[in-house]
Amino acid sequence: MENAIEVTNLVVKRGKRGVLHGLTCAIPRGSVTGLLGPSGSGKTTLMRAIVGVQVVESGSVTVLGHPAGSPQLRSRVGYLTQAPSVYPDLTVRENVRYFASLYKGLSAADVDEAIERVGLADAAGQLVSTLSGGQLARTSLACTLVGKPEVLILDEPTVGQDPVLRDDLWNQFRAMAAEGTTLLISSHVMDEASRCDRLLLIRDGDLIADDSPAAVRAATETTDLEEAFLRLIRAREGVPA
Amino acid sequence: MTVRILGSTTKRILSQLGHDRRTVALLLFAPVLLLTLLYYMFHDVPGIFDRIGLIMLGIFPFVIMFLITSIAMLRERTSGTLERLLTTPIGKLDLLFAYGIAFGLAAAVQASVVTGVAYWLFDLSTAGPAWLVVVIAIANAVLGVALGLFCSAFARTEFQAVQFMPVVVLPQFLLCGLFVAREEMVGWLQAISDVLPMSYAVEALQEVGAHEQATELLWRDLGIVAGCVVVALALAAATLRRRTP
Repeated sequence: MENAIEVTNLVVKRGKRGVLHGLTCAIPRGSVTGLLGPSGSGKTTLMRAIVGVQVVESGSVTVLGHPAGSPQLRSRVGYLTQAPSVYPDLTVRENVRYFASLYKGLSAADVDEAIERVGLADAAGQLVSTLSGGQLARTSLACTLVGKPEVLILDEPTVGQDPVLRDDLWNQFRAMAAEGTTLLISSHVMDEASRCDRLLLIRDGDLIADDSPAAVRAATETTDLEEAFLRLIRAREGVPA
Repeated sequence: MTVRILGSTTKRILSQLGHDRRTVALLLFAPVLLLTLLYYMFHDVPGIFDRIGLIMLGIFPFVIMFLITSIAMLRERTSGTLERLLTTPIGKLDLLFAYGIAFGLAAAVQASVVTGVAYWLFDLSTAGPAWLVVVIAIANAVLGVALGLFCSAFARTEFQAVQFMPVVVLPQFLLCGLFVAREEMVGWLQAISDVLPMSYAVEALQEVGAHEQATELLWRDLGIVAGCVVVALALAAATLRRRTP
């Protein structure tokens, strides 16, 4: 399958500390790839490098055949930051409408659809500053989805959502991938990993697994992904499982 | 720049302002309140209000728009919306000009209200027309917006951002010719005053006070203020980086 994102020998330093040390991976078009790893492992840094807002030391990141951050990618790549980044002093609809206006040819119907998708139709007229944490995160997600990008980089999109909504969002992510959208989704909830086509596990800035969930399970001889990752980490560090 | 994005961003900034009723009220009535104080302070001394009141009509919008803009832009930076915007098709100039237009419009309303009060309620008398006072006040407000956009890059917190007010605004206020006529200052103070844009805005207002028609000096001064706006916006654009460490 053709790759939507190709990362080669990516080195990123923040301050004097290295965050990513020569990371290489490829993300196939029309797939859902899970980016997993503990807090501080470099997930957000990798995502920022892919959308082209991260200063990188060396290596290359190519998205849809262009260098990451190229002007022609800005309407084709959608980025959801980990902390919700929307305007608290506007309503949900005003926020989504504004982000929609930055892309060509979107209508009011597209705005309503994006709000509907994240389950906020009833709160569309509410000021964002009065929303709950989960609703706030979903407003931010709607602002990313409304541009209908070909590549979606979502940094922890389901944190703090109730299980029914989380399930619904994952169904939608799967449906978007089926239509050809490429999704890279970070998470530290292991049960979400099983809903991905591929998994990237990073720890301390190094890739320690890049495979399908089934292959990860097989390689580590366990059906539990959490246990599988523990075994992978221990195997690397030479600690007996 | 894209007209569609510039328009929608201007509208977004104005809607944010519109949802904040208290700020709107402060914008409209704080300068009127201050002008009222000034009027009664110099009530018994003829001619003073015509001189100082006139200059204050140019200073209020500069100070207020500088403060509002530096905080608004700092919020864009700290809340992550700026980083998000810079991953979308918006251009840096779309964003900066949108702030200039949105707060410039707010300043136009503010300047019209306070100038109206000055002329009708407090009998401000100038040789030149009131509309020129409003034009100069708007130019000064846009200068405040442009400097605010630039200065916000050097503040990480709102505490720091408000500290730029005394650093950027007060020297201009002291040296603009309000307290001591510029030509009576010692040479080095005059030299500093010469490079501060507000000196020219104040000079332009004094021209309206003294002459029936718009003078050449007035247009030159307005041109200098406009030039400073362009320079400040260019500097502000240079501080907007898509890639950050």
